[in-house]
Amino acid sequence: MDGVHDMGGMHGFGKVEPEANETVFHAAWEARCLALNRAMGAAGAWTIDEGRAGIEELPPAVYLAASYYGKWALRLENMLVKLGFAGADEIAAGHALRPGKPLAHKFGTADVPRTLARGSFGRPASAPARFGVGERVRAKNIHPRTHTRLPRYVRGRAGVIEAVRGCHVFPDATAVGAGENPQWLYTVVFDGRELWGEATDPLLKVSVEAFEPYLEAA
Amino acid sequence: MPQDHDERDHHEHGSELSEMQLRVRALETVLAEKGYVDPAALDAMIEAFETRIGPHIGARVVARAWTDPAFKRDLIEDATRAVQPLGLINRVGDHLIAVENTATLHNMIVCTLCSCYPWDVLGLPPVWYKSAPYRSRAVNDPRGVLADFGVTLPADTQIRVWDSTAETRFIVLPMRPAGTDGWGEERLATLVTRDSMIGTGLPKRPDEVA
Repeated sequence: MDGVHDMGGMHGFGKVEPEANETVFHAAWEARCLALNRAMGAAGAWTIDEGRAGIEELPPAVYLAASYYGKWALRLENMLVKLGFAGADEIAAGHALRPGKPLAHKFGTADVPRTLARGSFGRPASAPARFGVGERVRAKNIHPRTHTRLPRYVRGRAGVIEAVRGCHVFPDATAVGAGENPQWLYTVVFDGRELWGEATDPLLKVSVEAFEPYLEAA
Repeated sequence: MPQDHDERDHHEHGSELSEMQLRVRALETVLAEKGYVDPAALDAMIEAFETRIGPHIGARVVARAWTDPAFKRDLIEDATRAVQPLGLINRVGDHLIAVENTATLHNMIVCTLCSCYPWDVLGLPPVWYKSAPYRSRAVNDPRGVLADFGVTLPADTQIRVWDSTAETRFIVLPMRPAGTDGWGEERLATLVTRDSMIGTGLPKRPDEVA
């Protein structure tokens, strides 16, 4: 989806402003919001990429104006309602008004350790990798309306396969409920000038992690 | 646009507090009443992120790599496998990748699409890492971003930006500071800042921790 979340290379957002002695959370609700989102993911209510799509689908003006955990709260509300885990009336009332739709697994204290590390996204390969290290490839000029992890700034640009990372769950598929559809994942490195033109630092290199369906031979 | 900045800061630092507190409390109540989540499990998760999981873990990894060449080799080859036996955390996630800075190469990590970050070794990302200014500029103006952090690199240093667009996660292995000969792992770890492991900073000099 060509949304405002795809920010690489955009201008006008100003300086990066590091905060001295930043705390992990800036308010108690941020911590609860993070935990609720991760808990529902770990309980199997949605996959990580369905969750990312839930944030990307926020209206652009909302996305840009809301704080980080503010977006997480909106995503949680939207996903709960969309997938039938809670009604908008219940969220407004602040109480359950009906029994919950069955969920495979209640999120309890025994589940906490596995939420503290990333899940495992590597999968057995069903076909050999199409590209090898050192090969030149081009990121396809594609504009899916649904979730994708190919950022706009590399589309149509040529780069080099630097590493083959194995076969991984394909976000474009899981985000739309089409199963894991594992695909080979590559680190593709681009010259800064290929991405941004001649005025760019000639020594800059930028890489993305690109799934095989995003790439064609160059 | 200083006005916009003020407004964003305001948003990100608490003006939503009362409204958001109520909204999130409502969500938690509904989900607990429906039996989806146990609030005690939420407490435990938050406690881990606030007290146990943070950049001190990554700092120990870096300090070990600075003192143990065999470990460093393993780390570059497969960081998940190398870090696991250190026993610093319950479990390191799969696909952790360590990228090494040298005298001619400086690495920087970003997630332009969202906020991907090696949580298990660095803790939760700071607000700036998730912000539009960082996500937009890191890939086409990394030197400008470094300047925002007060860091200037030689003009002939190659900058390599890693955009975390999949479930692979990156941690920068910064260069060991000069003047640390004979230092042990624990003392070296005090020089390793979070930002040096993201690539927006450099490790402290020995005189900064004296």
